[in-house]
Amino acid sequence: MGVAGAKYTIYLGCAIPYRVSSYELSARKVLNRLGVELIEMPEFNCCGLPLESLSHKLTLLLSARNLAIAEQVGLNILTLCPGCAGTLKKTNKVLKEDKVLREEINRHLSKAGLEFKGSIEVKHISQALIEDIGLDRIKKAILRPLKGLRVAEHSGCHLSRPRKHIGFEDPENPKVLKMLIEATGAKCVEYLGETECCGSTIAAIDDKISLSLVREKLLHVREANAEALITICPACHIMYDANQMRAERMFGEKYGIPVLHYTQLLGLAMGMQPNELGFDELRVNPSKILERALEAKQRT
Amino acid sequence: MLHEKYANKDAIMEEGEGIILSGSEKASPSRVNPKFKYEVLRVPGGESLIHCFQCGTCTSDCPVARFSDKYRPRSIIRMAQLGLKDRVLDSDFLWLCASCFTCTDRCPQGVEVASVIRALKNMAAMEGRIPQAFKILLGNLIKTGYIYEIPESRIKRRETLQLPPLPKTNVESLTKSLQNLDIKRFLEGLPQKSSEVRVWV
Repeated sequence: MGVAGAKYTIYLGCAIPYRVSSYELSARKVLNRLGVELIEMPEFNCCGLPLESLSHKLTLLLSARNLAIAEQVGLNILTLCPGCAGTLKKTNKVLKEDKVLREEINRHLSKAGLEFKGSIEVKHISQALIEDIGLDRIKKAILRPLKGLRVAEHSGCHLSRPRKHIGFEDPENPKVLKMLIEATGAKCVEYLGETECCGSTIAAIDDKISLSLVREKLLHVREANAEALITICPACHIMYDANQMRAERMFGEKYGIPVLHYTQLLGLAMGMQPNELGFDELRVNPSKILERALEAKQRT
Repeated sequence: MLHEKYANKDAIMEEGEGIILSGSEKASPSRVNPKFKYEVLRVPGGESLIHCFQCGTCTSDCPVARFSDKYRPRSIIRMAQLGLKDRVLDSDFLWLCASCFTCTDRCPQGVEVASVIRALKNMAAMEGRIPQAFKILLGNLIKTGYIYEIPESRIKRRETLQLPPLPKTNVESLTKSLQNLDIKRFLEGLPQKSSEVRVWV
């Protein structure tokens, strides 16, 4: 896909409309600024990932149904959630390669007049930014370089794992989000356990374990003197932002680390105002980092 | 006669020695089902079970294992290989896998550990052993197409935020696609109100 006129059908998944509108809001703003056109994907359903523990077949069918709908739209899918992207990608790949399975899934889909053909691709927003839009174009759109800002990145597991199905990022040494952050002018600091899981998938099964993972992450981020943690996944964001206070209560500690969606950070660097980017939806008070970001001199 | 017992491949053997379990769980002799591993190999995701040589990379790199004294991926794989079917499928620890796929990506034998564990969860689910949280997610999916019941206030708020209207799943079409999947049985014992169980913290 060329630089100008990138166009996708946007797949929101469940977590974002349920409770992470700050991510959707800021993503739409920055993509629009970068000249990306988004067509709403009609009638989509859950990608199937959260139900894979019950039935692998169900997950295949749910994601194949989404792929079939996007094929009717005739556009590649862009997702904001790496879990959705990973599941749709995996199903897309498996069904393209396995004729027998494809026929079986299509027998189910045909009951609703749908068919999986394998004619489109799926990309997470970070992959679209790095591959289709490109760092150069992003850097050109920066009006307020966030020089001097120190942030930490958390790419999240499903952005790159399992490696054989995702492919565009190295799970052991993730670089994409780092490069995207540095494009804003901010410094992306290293810290212990960067690739550790946020624990969101077992939050409903064992609170203590998932909040222990949150605690550990936030302590490491603080040790690195980062001013904020940057995520690119709605589930990771819920864990570190919305659940930060719960972790503080559970462990009797105070972390106070603002957690921003990458798209919010990028929006600030593009000169947008915090209220356009859903900053008031964040649970951990971001005022300190906002002050620092807005200090950065606007380029004229 | 011992040799007769072993000659009969279908025999269910009593395990002589308790296997070594991690943490506080006490090992006790369990019934061994030697055919169980072949069942696992046939479930999608379970195919690589047989290749595990018990090096323990999965457990040592597992984020959950660091904070749980029950969850040990290597032990789960070994139990499945040995045929300790009930001990695996009845367990709570099976559902503690966070599906981060670190184990899968790092296994030197190419065992897709997380997928084998998922296959085991699928087998447990087929026998009706399902945590409530998953029943709620599935119940919501069948009702709305989403795994969460998205409150009306959230949908309204999209207007205020100038976000486009949320597409509605065509539930009728979804139901038709799912009608031949045997999933309704997973919903047995589903609480009436989703507020009874926390789904997502």
